[in-house]
Amino acid sequence: MTKPNSFTTQPDKDGHFGAYGGRFVPETLMPLVLAVEAAYEQAKADPAFQVELDYYLKHYVGRPSPLFYAQRLTEHLGGAKIYLKREELNHTGAHKINHCMGQILLAKRMGKTRIIAETGAGQHGVATATVAALFNLPCTIYMGELDIERQKPNVFRMRLLGAEVKAVTSGSRSLKDAMNGALRDWVANVEDTFYIIGTVGGPHPYPMMVRDFQSVIGRETRAQMMEAEGRLPDSLVACVGGGSNAIGLFYDFLNDPEVAMYAVEAAGLGLDSGKHAATLTGGHMGILHGMRTYFLQNEDGQIEEAHSISAGLDYPGIGPEHAWLFDQKRVTYVSATDDESVEAFQLCAKMEGTLPALESAHALAFVTRFAPTLPRDHLMVVNLSGRGDKDIFTIADRLGVVL
Amino acid sequence: MSRIATRFAALKAANRKAFITFTSAGDPDLETFSAILAAQPAAGVDLIEIGMPFSDPVADGPAIEKANLRAFAAGINMKKILGIVADFRKTNKDTPIILMGYANPVYAYGLEKFVGDAHASGVDGLIIADLPPEEDTELRSFAVKKNIDVIRLLTPTTDEKRLPVVLNGASGFLYYVSVAGITGTKQAGVESVRRAVDAIRPHTNLPIGVGFGIATPEQAQEIAKHADAVIVGSAIVNRIAANLDDAGKAKPGLVGDVLGFIQALADATHRN
Repeated sequence: MTKPNSFTTQPDKDGHFGAYGGRFVPETLMPLVLAVEAAYEQAKADPAFQVELDYYLKHYVGRPSPLFYAQRLTEHLGGAKIYLKREELNHTGAHKINHCMGQILLAKRMGKTRIIAETGAGQHGVATATVAALFNLPCTIYMGELDIERQKPNVFRMRLLGAEVKAVTSGSRSLKDAMNGALRDWVANVEDTFYIIGTVGGPHPYPMMVRDFQSVIGRETRAQMMEAEGRLPDSLVACVGGGSNAIGLFYDFLNDPEVAMYAVEAAGLGLDSGKHAATLTGGHMGILHGMRTYFLQNEDGQIEEAHSISAGLDYPGIGPEHAWLFDQKRVTYVSATDDESVEAFQLCAKMEGTLPALESAHALAFVTRFAPTLPRDHLMVVNLSGRGDKDIFTIADRLGVVL
Repeated sequence: MSRIATRFAALKAANRKAFITFTSAGDPDLETFSAILAAQPAAGVDLIEIGMPFSDPVADGPAIEKANLRAFAAGINMKKILGIVADFRKTNKDTPIILMGYANPVYAYGLEKFVGDAHASGVDGLIIADLPPEEDTELRSFAVKKNIDVIRLLTPTTDEKRLPVVLNGASGFLYYVSVAGITGTKQAGVESVRRAVDAIRPHTNLPIGVGFGIATPEQAQEIAKHADAVIVGSAIVNRIAANLDDAGKAKPGLVGDVLGFIQALADATHRN
């Protein structure tokens, strides 16, 4: 394979990242996704759009998020110097608000009057319900019945924010099925509805658009690291389900060959157990939810259920740009199990006084394995993509504690 | 001429409208499905769509999703679907068979191999719900060599700008999706269908079939006044579901009842 001159020229005009991406949607939706694309291209070229987005990111979301030197964790692990990119300090407690703010401003520009979204852990649902409340638009969130059970606090938060939470009872009753539910709603409500997708997935332009909105994470990290250390980091680490926080951190560094990147998939009960969500490790190229990418599937092309203790990583696919970066070997895809992540969750709580989201705890789990093998002058940035308050019931259950 | 073109030409010569059914392969079990399939031509069905069940049918409503689950429980897979068509072709050489489904199982089978095996089994057309014109070039390149039609869909959201994109490369017939939504959940409005079909007609010589949201013989008769073909799916699938016992097994009389309903729909369509 020849190495591309640049890793930031994807996708092509039809939304292809190499062989991945595209627009694999029913014909009813085609005019809509083309309209979203046209509106986004227009917005991108309009300085007023960026000014408005920047205003809300600064004054409402609370950006920039800090880059914090995790001194105790660094000393405990005894290797790389670890920085935490603190996306969990954003309003609503995760990075999801970055792309929700961008998308709702676009929805307003397009004159849409109703918002829908899917959610797994509920972080994207809460962020969507939040911006919908802010801009006074009715909002329906699709969520798998299983996730509603394991993410009760976020379900209640969404309802408090005025959103309708619709339980999806089909299939594995988790994130994949929530996305099916949202797509079915969109097909039936084409006139007035804007679909705020929660990851770098779905049909073009969503993977590109969500990436663009999330890339603020990496841009800030670059400036903050230059200020703190006077040079670029040596490595970046982020968890990956669909891959929005990972691409957000990585994108600005893709053309800096000295910056290594590690994306951590959810290995669930273990890669050999058959119960995991490690799409790139255990999946094959396929087509679902508007995109060609890697999916967990059986030999007859039926999508298989993913498993992860973390609802936000419990998805059998991955964003198409990640599939491309995987093929290009620009990003190294590794994994962490449920058990390792629960360990890392507790370690981060005790060492840094921060409860990480179980999703982010997967990134930390890899760090606990990897950082000790590195020299002390190795600068590592870990994306702390969300906070873990939503996960305390899952953790308590795991530890045998009755709340 | 393909079997689909031949059938539509014959219907046109006889001044008749086509009646097309949709059922999910292997629903409610392989044996019952094949029994219903074999009897459809005699019940007045002109073309037959067979659904290829998929785990994540985003264009379908609950009726067809449940049918897929029944078919999976009965052990359906892509190879068996092609086997069912091959069996049907042993006794029927004229009724076109169209496989309808989603891209992933077809790609997992291997696009070229699938088209080749489908052709060998006696398949005449393919409708892949999540392969819009922008993404079906590869499929059509294989299909055209085997004289298999890749049927394109038009919808209430198809505007003047979109129409030529969909028509460019269309073959067999055009499938007008009469409601914006998933299968079997909304009712088609006769007036809006008439307007849409009239708007498409001047731009194509292909027959226009109308589906989604047609559930009764009365609706079929009304829609057939304006279209070249009427397609009914979810209502038939619901009829199958209504003839299952608590364990989900086919009750005696299922085949007869379902075929009776199909006959009534076909007769109503042909009354035009």
